[in-house]
Amino acid sequence: MQAFFALSRRPGGTFAALTVTLLCLVAIAAPLIAPYGPNAIAPANRLMDPSLQHVLGTDHLGRDILSRLIYGARVALGISLSVIAISLSAGVALGIAAALSPRAVDLAVVGVFDIVTSFPSVILALALVAVFGPGLGNVVLLVSIVFIPHFGRVARAQTIAIRNSPFIEAEKVLGAETWRVVLHHVTPNIIGPIFVLACMDIPVVITIEAGLSFLGLGVRPPLASWGNLLNDGYTYLDQSVWLATFSGLALVLATLGFALLGEALRDTLDPKLRKAL
Amino acid sequence: MRSASLQMHLAFKLATAALAVAGSVVLLMALTRLIPGDPATVILGSRATPEAVAALNARIGLDKPLIEQVFAFFGRLVSGDLGEDVFNGRPVLGLVLNALPNTAALAIAAMLCAVAIGIPLALLCARWPGGKADRLVAFLSVGFISTPSFVVSVFLLMVFSVHLRWFPVLGAGESGDLGDQLWHLVLPTAALAAGWVGYIARLLRSSLLEILGESHVRTLRAYGVSETKILMKYALKPAILPTLAVLGMGFGELLGGAVFAEVIFNRPGLGSLIYDAIRTRNYPVVQGGVFVIVMLYVLTNLIADLSQSLIDPRERARLTSGRGH
Repeated sequence: MQAFFALSRRPGGTFAALTVTLLCLVAIAAPLIAPYGPNAIAPANRLMDPSLQHVLGTDHLGRDILSRLIYGARVALGISLSVIAISLSAGVALGIAAALSPRAVDLAVVGVFDIVTSFPSVILALALVAVFGPGLGNVVLLVSIVFIPHFGRVARAQTIAIRNSPFIEAEKVLGAETWRVVLHHVTPNIIGPIFVLACMDIPVVITIEAGLSFLGLGVRPPLASWGNLLNDGYTYLDQSVWLATFSGLALVLATLGFALLGEALRDTLDPKLRKAL
Repeated sequence: MRSASLQMHLAFKLATAALAVAGSVVLLMALTRLIPGDPATVILGSRATPEAVAALNARIGLDKPLIEQVFAFFGRLVSGDLGEDVFNGRPVLGLVLNALPNTAALAIAAMLCAVAIGIPLALLCARWPGGKADRLVAFLSVGFISTPSFVVSVFLLMVFSVHLRWFPVLGAGESGDLGDQLWHLVLPTAALAAGWVGYIARLLRSSLLEILGESHVRTLRAYGVSETKILMKYALKPAILPTLAVLGMGFGELLGGAVFAEVIFNRPGLGSLIYDAIRTRNYPVVQGGVFVIVMLYVLTNLIADLSQSLIDPRERARLTSGRGH
């Protein structure tokens, strides 16, 4: 509730709350609110301008742009939340394990994180897709790999900061096993900043997924990803501007909404992170 | 003793950078081995003869153990060999060196453009914090930062090339015609710079406000020094250091992000070279191109890090007093 009020006081906060809520509702209720099927082809209606039948127009195969954008919200949110869930779980597990392990293991894990982060994120995602190929499952797994060090580094630093705290020492003295200390004491104490980081990473994941799909290396057509839609719009730009315009705007709205939401959460839940992130 | 500490710091940073590059090569080589199926079969197709597959595996070094392949890569690298294009045997180094100037020009132009617009915006916001301009720039900055560069590229292309026809649609311009090349550079530069304008404006603004809250600035105000003079003469210099460090990292990110601008505006460059190689499964070109980008990324990070240590008197004093790392 505190986060909600803080959000509404920030510049663009109401916009962020409304946009993210709307996106989530649209993604959940896609089959109920989409006027047409996302892959319903009608060649006779190709590249139509917005009209009463097709509110945002149609694409080069006569598919309704609004319906594809609505289903695209499912793909964008589904992939970004899956990527964040996987990379957060793996990163936190690795980060805590590194911080509580002997120095050699810690150095090895940090070394792997350093190697992964020595690639620009887009280039690493491209290199991984080059090897394993495009597709929904691959994109989720491969983009997760890119983000694991993000969470791992913060989890490791936070664990190191509290690993010698009196309450952890007391648990150990009382004979608590390592898994118990990790699950009941370390994780709850470090998860706040990591949750904020996760919110701030959602727009970055949406951008990378859409970027890969735009290049034809992400989600495969005919699945409606905003990146695929933008690519179709780009291909037929000289004949119709509507597909490129609306799919681009959907991406801008989603990334802006989540970015503003992430900032508001960061400022509210952990002001100390404002400088660190 | 003091200079020994600074040398230790430099040696530590250099060793870390070298390890990151070596590690990235191991990762790149290991990834090629993880390709589902045999990479040579993937490249040549399922109807290739076993002899042709074996010959290609030998050519790209996959017939050797991973560690031997990594050492062979570095051995070849010393003599300027990054491998061969699997389809026509052209050296990968030549392809990369042909593409690199276009990408470097794009990244440098985008960075200069972002600095030229971002710094005045930050000064404006820090001069009147909380004012209308500050709030507008804060909102627009988040907008610029969060808008993907490929969306900006498509929108710019749509408005200024297809609709208004002010700028050329495709290519990098006639070679030898500097004016034409610069003209072709405008839209991709704007697309790449947009996010960084917002980032620099926000980062520098917050550094400036931090400095403006310090006690020596209060003393300057007590002496009647004007706000503008305080901002330009006393606050900007220390406040810009964190921005410089971020710019170093940003340059590497721009090299990576250039792939979208190059594909959308059909510009030859490192990004489009890697993209084409991925689509044709030309693994040596992917490896060579990605390796060069990683090298440049690590190098720009290192330069930013070291220049921070050498430019900032506080950091220099910390290192020379032996309190480094």
